[in-house]
Amino acid sequence: MWQQIVDWLVYAQLGLPRESHFAQAFNFFVYDTVKVLFLLSVIIFLISILRTYLPPEKTKKFLSHKRTFIGNVMAAVVGIVTPFCSCSAVPLFIGFVEAGVPLGVTFSFLVSSPMINEVALVMLLGMFGWKVALIYIGSGLVIAILAGMAIGRLKLEKWVEGFVYKVKSAQTFEETWTPRERVRYGYDYMQGILKKVYLFVILGIGVGGFIHGYVPQDFLVRYAGPENHFAVPLAVLIGIPLYSNAAGMIPVVQALLGKGMALGTSLAFMMAVTSASFPEMVILRKVLRVPLLVVFFSILTVGIIMVGYLFNAFF
Amino acid sequence: MKIQIYGTGCPNCTKLEEFARQAAFELGLNAELEKVKEIKDIVAAGILRTPALGVDGQVVSQGRVLAVEQIKSLLQDRTK
Repeated sequence: MWQQIVDWLVYAQLGLPRESHFAQAFNFFVYDTVKVLFLLSVIIFLISILRTYLPPEKTKKFLSHKRTFIGNVMAAVVGIVTPFCSCSAVPLFIGFVEAGVPLGVTFSFLVSSPMINEVALVMLLGMFGWKVALIYIGSGLVIAILAGMAIGRLKLEKWVEGFVYKVKSAQTFEETWTPRERVRYGYDYMQGILKKVYLFVILGIGVGGFIHGYVPQDFLVRYAGPENHFAVPLAVLIGIPLYSNAAGMIPVVQALLGKGMALGTSLAFMMAVTSASFPEMVILRKVLRVPLLVVFFSILTVGIIMVGYLFNAFF
Repeated sequence: MKIQIYGTGCPNCTKLEEFARQAAFELGLNAELEKVKEIKDIVAAGILRTPALGVDGQVVSQGRVLAVEQIKSLLQDRTK
């Protein structure tokens, strides 16, 4: 439906010739911008409302003293809907450990919460379709579960800063919500996210549109196609420092995918962008000693690279 | 009355502090603003997400920046 409206606008109203590169790029730009911004508003609004039912205070309670695997799976699943603000990572971590959530289970939560990012998810849904969006959630869950189980198995509690175990916390405060407040929260949150990312979205789609219209087909096959075995780690290394621009990167990646970049490589790149970030590591240093940080970071990076290879092998 | 702002100094904490100050001012309350920045104290208050807002040591909201209007109604509830 949107495509017809945009076609009508671009070709009939503005009178741009159908076969020109510029018209194609412009059509792509308008279509994707409208679609993605619409999806972002609706889905973020709904997720935020859902989230008021599942605050970390509740999560903490039901993850307390959970066994390996079951606990890791539950932590990773809940992590999907929990928003992640790196400034809350430290109190969250201490609160979980203090409540008796096992270290490995806590890490499953800490991996899945930022890695499965709702903005990235919506962008994927809008630009790649629901299959890729599901694959993104699925592989994020697998990495979070396995990383948490590995850290739990390695018994790394000795590398958590000592004071974490000494903190005694008061009864956790739990908010009570009226339906009206939930809607208001959802609306405010959606508005805040849109304000933060819309420029990146438009910019990203603009660059994507340019690539779509001007860069020759198969341009990237040689560099980032399935035959180049170094493409995945390289994409991950480039992606890690690009933390805040997930919203802008995805349209660009989508256009590159159309020019021959392999799906696994693109997926690995996006996960690296949304999860492992340096600012987060610096913040976590307050509660984790360097060896544990290194282990955490390495497991995450290796996990993402493995997902990349796996998808390149199967798709 | 004492209003506590819990947070390690992220931009959201500063914003919440500003809004709380504004709310107290608009209500004409004689309130003292207290910033709790030490992570141990934040956790000890039972907070998992920052920024959080407290009134006389009682946490009333966490993990979000409330609007001035929302803070006002919270403060009014407490002064009754």
